[in-house]
Amino acid sequence: MFGTKIKRIVRTGFFNFWRDSTVSLASVLVMMITLLVIGLISFSGAILETSLAELRNKIDINVNFVTTAEEDDIMNIKHSLETLPEVLLVTYVSREEALEAFKTRHANDQSILAALDELGENPLGAVLNVKARDPSQYASVADFLESDSALSSDGITIVDNVNYFQNKAAIDKLTTIITSAEQLGFALTVFLAIISVLIAFNTIRLTIYIARDEISVMRLVGASTTYIQGPFVVVGIIYGVTAGILTLLFLLPITYWLADTTQSFFVGFNIFSYYLRHFLEIAAIIMFSGILIGALSSVLAIRKYLKI
Amino acid sequence: MPMIVFDRVSKIYPDSSVALEGVTLSIEPSEFISIVGPSGAGKTTLLKLFLAEEEPTEGAVYYGSTNIHALGKGEINDFRRKVGMVFQDFRLLPNKTVYENIAFTMEAAGRSDDEIEADVPHVLELVDLSPKIWNFPKELSGGEKQRVAIARALVNEPDIIIADEPTGNLDPSNTYDVVQILKKINDLGTTVILTTHNKGIIDSLNRRVVALDRGKVVRDDKAGKYDK
Repeated sequence: MFGTKIKRIVRTGFFNFWRDSTVSLASVLVMMITLLVIGLISFSGAILETSLAELRNKIDINVNFVTTAEEDDIMNIKHSLETLPEVLLVTYVSREEALEAFKTRHANDQSILAALDELGENPLGAVLNVKARDPSQYASVADFLESDSALSSDGITIVDNVNYFQNKAAIDKLTTIITSAEQLGFALTVFLAIISVLIAFNTIRLTIYIARDEISVMRLVGASTTYIQGPFVVVGIIYGVTAGILTLLFLLPITYWLADTTQSFFVGFNIFSYYLRHFLEIAAIIMFSGILIGALSSVLAIRKYLKI
Repeated sequence: MPMIVFDRVSKIYPDSSVALEGVTLSIEPSEFISIVGPSGAGKTTLLKLFLAEEEPTEGAVYYGSTNIHALGKGEINDFRRKVGMVFQDFRLLPNKTVYENIAFTMEAAGRSDDEIEADVPHVLELVDLSPKIWNFPKELSGGEKQRVAIARALVNEPDIIIADEPTGNLDPSNTYDVVQILKKINDLGTTVILTTHNKGIIDSLNRRVVALDRGKVVRDDKAGKYDK
């Protein structure tokens, strides 16, 4: 008996979906917009994530050493820096490499190169380039360098300067921007998701409103709640599944078309290849949202008309 | 023992309009009873109370010895399956064929697919509508729609048929057909409750007539006419 009931409910659902084709088409299209928004939210999350990672990557601090610093002393500092939990990477740039880099950078500036030649010796000290795991951790790294450990064995400091203190304002600002971008992104996501879910919910509510007289007739011939509600829930699920599949297909040309733009605008982020790489994940999110919105909206919307 | 009893039933709607006032009425099994009265007399409210669509403000409605308004949700569904309803505006399900409209009631009553396949054509034959079995309601005339509605009301072999102004939207010839079908149903032993404005029907039936006016029973004749 239970099997027969399920079979009848599913069959009626499919019939209703098919016979009310205009209403179904409209509902599927509206649902598609909702699911597209949900899909784009997952993309924008990824875009924000890569851009912020890129930005974080650009922040670092340089420890400039005096020209007389011994390489062994510098290496000691490098090792102790590497033991800090906040530190991701320390790169050593020797005096010679620093000079080379300087010359390459000013290859077009003859006066500077001439001045260098005039000096006769290498005026640049060695450099340690430090990257922290998180931008907010540069302060503690800088503090560490300020402390005694930055002194050489004979008690004279070999650190000329740490550019964190010159760049502090900029680093702090970037840290704030990154944090608020993340918060704003989250708030916007929640806002868009709520609005689009409400639109889909309202559409399904309208389709059930159209059928309110039928529902009362079903009630009066003695149909049980499950038997009346069932087909509407099935139709809601069909809306969700159809809209989900259409959305996933629709995203293919859209992301393909946007691929070049995103690649150049957000460094290294190709939206099309991201979509293909994360297809299963995105498909699961979209299909699950579609089915959930469809079924839940039907259940909620029909309750009002079942009171007879 | 009467089949249906309205025991001092009053219904006052939230806007404090009085639809029924102290109505006492009992209906015997296999009776054919017509309820007449002007619009707003309380005919529809009486039927709604019987189907548990509305709660009485005072009094009680009994089916046999059961107080209808003391039933739970599931029991109300079971009870409604014992009552066949026919409405003035037919109330067929527009997205279902004639066959499916009737099958739906049987499905709701938990009947098997075999029973449905056997009974639906049979009941359509009874109302003389077999050729339209696969049509949708919008492809039928008013009289045909009402005959589908009667077939739907009949198919679960109810104890009672309630016909609320069933001829209100029909021409005289279809009206005559519908009344003949209702009489036939009653002859087979089913209780029929009919509300109508149609003087001709009542006068030709020569059955019990209950007249309502402003929520009160003003006349109850065993073999009555529309007017006194």
